[in-house]
Amino acid sequence: MPLNQALVGKAYPAVRYEVGREKLREFAIAVGETDPIYHDEAAARAAGHPDLPAVPTFAVVLSLRAGQVVYGDPELGLDYSRVVHGEQEFVHYRPIRAGDRLLATGKVAAAQAKGRHELLTLETEVTTEDGELVCLVRGTLLSRGTAPPREGRA
Amino acid sequence: MSPRVNLAEVRPGDSLPEVAETIERMDLVRYAGASGDFNPIHWNDEVAKAVGLPGVIAHGMYSMGVAARMVTGWVGDPAAIRRLKVRFSAMIEPGQTLTAKGEVAEVDGGRVLVRFHAEDEKGEKVLSKGEAELEL
Repeated sequence: MPLNQALVGKAYPAVRYEVGREKLREFAIAVGETDPIYHDEAAARAAGHPDLPAVPTFAVVLSLRAGQVVYGDPELGLDYSRVVHGEQEFVHYRPIRAGDRLLATGKVAAAQAKGRHELLTLETEVTTEDGELVCLVRGTLLSRGTAPPREGRA
Repeated sequence: MSPRVNLAEVRPGDSLPEVAETIERMDLVRYAGASGDFNPIHWNDEVAKAVGLPGVIAHGMYSMGVAARMVTGWVGDPAAIRRLKVRFSAMIEPGQTLTAKGEVAEVDGGRVLVRFHAEDEKGEKVLSKGEAELEL
């Protein structure tokens, strides 16, 4: 089933996320990041950070939470079993850090056919509860074989 | 918050120190738990084979996380990393070694663009068109 183009531009309800130190350490360990500034508060403060900073790909955790809301929308018509990850981009305004109380708002940024497949771009805007923009996360998924049939297609 | 690289010495064409990681299944289980991405194709061979894969494959975001260490290790200060982007172009299985390679593409005032990729042992690009935009 093709993706519902009418949902392009739609923003979904924000997901709340409180950033904990142990979660940041756990994620840093999981990607093999050993620099003490990601693990030790004293090292982070000595480097000028108010608290433990996140590694730059940690924001994907926020986009996964926001994505659950978007992909779960039956109106979108996404079959998650057909999906592979195409591209990923993070735009950081400052590092996410321990103690941040964040809101992650998912939006369908684009849905377009590419041959027999479709590309779905989810954009997640990450702000603090006070409205400070922290990060934009763009993930493009490839939905295999779901493009609508078109005449004369190669 | 001083970056590790000295901007005055950064030139287009400079290589970043490579990062290599041999991927174990345990790494993928650990990444699943840390990230919240529990897609079974990353830890359950039966499910992976049922959807046509040779067996479990690494999360694309695990590979990106490993490759990002090359950038964080070089620049030092995570606040300097303004943008990070990759394309996922091939899958990689446990037992294989992922190697991230990158070089400085542009230097414009305090802004540095690094282009990078990550490849498997055969040289096939697992991550391609990698870009890191830094403000030093």
